[in-house]
Amino acid sequence: MKTLFRLLLAVTVLLLGYGFCQAMYIAPREATMGDVQRIFYYHLPSAWVAFLLFFVNFLASAWYIVRRTDGADALALASAEVGVSFCTIVLITGPIWARPIWGIWWTWDARLTSTLVLWLIYVSYLMLRHYAAGGQVPVLAAALGIFGFLDVPIVYMAIRWFRTQHPQPVIGGGEGSGLDHRMWMAVLWNLLAFSLLAVLFVWTRYNQALEERALEEAHAQAALAEEELR
Amino acid sequence: MSASSVTQAPARQSSAPAAPSVWSIAWRTLKKDLRLEWRSKDAINSMLFFALLVVVIFSFGFDPTAEESRRIAGGLLWVAILFATVVALNQTWTRELRNQVLDAYRLSPAPPQSLFIAKTVGNFIFVGILEVLMVPLFVVFYNLRSVGPWWQLLVVAVLATWALVVNGTFFAALSIRTRSREIMLPLILFPISIPALLAMVDATTSILTGDNSPVFWMRLLAVYDLVFTTISLLLFEPVLNAE
Amino acid sequence: MTDKRATLHSLVNANAQQAAVAVHNVVRNFGRFAALRGVSAEFAPGKLYVLLGENGAGKSTLLRVIAGLLAPTRGTVEVLGSANIRSVAHRFGYMGHAPLLYDELSALENLEYFAALYGIEDRERCRQAIRTVGLDPSLERRVGQYSQGMRQRISLARAIVHGPELLFLDEPFSNVDLRSARQMTELLARMRDAGTTIFVVTHQAALMEPVADECLVLDAGRLIAREQGIPARLLTPYPAAEREEMEAPR
Repeated sequence: MKTLFRLLLAVTVLLLGYGFCQAMYIAPREATMGDVQRIFYYHLPSAWVAFLLFFVNFLASAWYIVRRTDGADALALASAEVGVSFCTIVLITGPIWARPIWGIWWTWDARLTSTLVLWLIYVSYLMLRHYAAGGQVPVLAAALGIFGFLDVPIVYMAIRWFRTQHPQPVIGGGEGSGLDHRMWMAVLWNLLAFSLLAVLFVWTRYNQALEERALEEAHAQAALAEEELR
Repeated sequence: MSASSVTQAPARQSSAPAAPSVWSIAWRTLKKDLRLEWRSKDAINSMLFFALLVVVIFSFGFDPTAEESRRIAGGLLWVAILFATVVALNQTWTRELRNQVLDAYRLSPAPPQSLFIAKTVGNFIFVGILEVLMVPLFVVFYNLRSVGPWWQLLVVAVLATWALVVNGTFFAALSIRTRSREIMLPLILFPISIPALLAMVDATTSILTGDNSPVFWMRLLAVYDLVFTTISLLLFEPVLNAE
Repeated sequence: MTDKRATLHSLVNANAQQAAVAVHNVVRNFGRFAALRGVSAEFAPGKLYVLLGENGAGKSTLLRVIAGLLAPTRGTVEVLGSANIRSVAHRFGYMGHAPLLYDELSALENLEYFAALYGIEDRERCRQAIRTVGLDPSLERRVGQYSQGMRQRISLARAIVHGPELLFLDEPFSNVDLRSARQMTELLARMRDAGTTIFVVTHQAALMEPVADECLVLDAGRLIAREQGIPARLLTPYPAAEREEMEAPR
């Protein structure tokens, strides 16, 4: 397991480096947007990873409700935390790009708004985990994880309709339209690199969560041994 | 009291009683909750006063013309109701925590879903009463007159109230298990409720102004109600018994 | 005739061989605190068991685990021959440390509601249960205005209103005056004689001494002794300051 982890780590670092070269040097400069467009090579992979991890959180939550295994709960926790981190990157890189291109930091565009709502839902999930006490955390969190994920399509529909009804003057859109071949390569390499990075993070956090649990168990046992010595 | 007044314990049931149905237990629980509320008036009083405060404060915050108020009233009304609902929702479960009386329900063979249905319907009634009292206030304070058909507003109100209350009741049951339970409820309820809130506000505004058709929003609310009622009923049991 | 009696006898005996409650290696942790550390025991039906032990020894936790209010971290629990405790929920009663009653309802209203949860719609039965614990069922007063001792009795009435075969009592005598406590123990003895299996968690061992069949002593989450009756050495009451059972963290 350890060698596999190290191997994955090495591959991820290499891929991140390669992806960086692709994004910064090989992909051509965008004609109208300029170099700031390159942030897109990180923005999109982060979004992809965040959405994927929220889906993983949903699966792990459902699995926990059915089977009640510690592993499922640890995976739900790990995927939500890493997912929120990547979602935060999306929400930060978006405005950095938007400011020079659209002239504003933020607009209540459908995609932006949906992502923000998604972020809010999963932050509330983490807050629940933080505030709930003791052995009931996993069940309560799993329930919220399932609710949160089922909300995603409804959020998306609502906000799309909301935006089409109230058209905004500044919807750039069309990032995908007519991408240069080298731009596509940069996107794909970074997508791969970020996915592996996410696996790495989730894996680490998952192990840590399980070890925390083992530690608590050990503490309970140690207290017992101490009392028996007395 | 004399020792002779101590009589025999209730006889054992000759056979297991017919399993009580989900609906009959829900009905009994709802009646019990309404009676408790009638006697204590904990939820309804605090909720009504809170809503009144919100309406008054909003009207200081905004000073709209009749035309504008038609456009913003939907948002103000539903946000006020949302806040007031949270007050009522917290009450429903704190009542069950006093004397740990929830344990008595958990010990019994009664189906957990009945408890959820009773609490949700109870909250629906409380919030419904609140709306009946608050809408006239809004009409008076903001000089409202609907351009669209009023019966549509009624449909929206029913769908929207259920949307708030079904998730609210579920999340209130969830948050009573946490450390700072009163704060926790809005923190987990509001993000999930955003699409429902968007739908109820826009539907109301569309009807009031008569500019757009509210049909999409009404459908969305119906879907939201359906999805979350189902999932709440499925997940309530594990949440109730989480220890 | 004798044949019939013999068959009946063997039937009763066959029934008696099945334990009313069996716990096997039950562990329950609350975070870093181990409340139960591997408790195993079987309890024959029709007896009155008293659970003794210091504060935090795990008595209440054990009772809550058996009644299905808490899931064990590890180990198995069988109640009335079933590992699925909810499926036998209508056959046992539980009286908690807190009263498990609605303060705003009268005694009869409380009992009628809780009986309905067991599928029993029978006002007379509820009245009977209240009379059983020595109170007047026609009292209109709300439970919140009752004295602690009276509330404890109604709580007992709530636990037995559906005629359980198995009864769990967690500190039934806290704040009950001595005379009423004696009456409660007499009632328990009569129920035991009628075939009910009863578990009582208490600090007041002396009160249960005349009626107890067996006593079990828990210490730091372990079962350390199990004896017939209650031996004299266990009768020393705990100091009043320690009497308040430490609430198990929820």
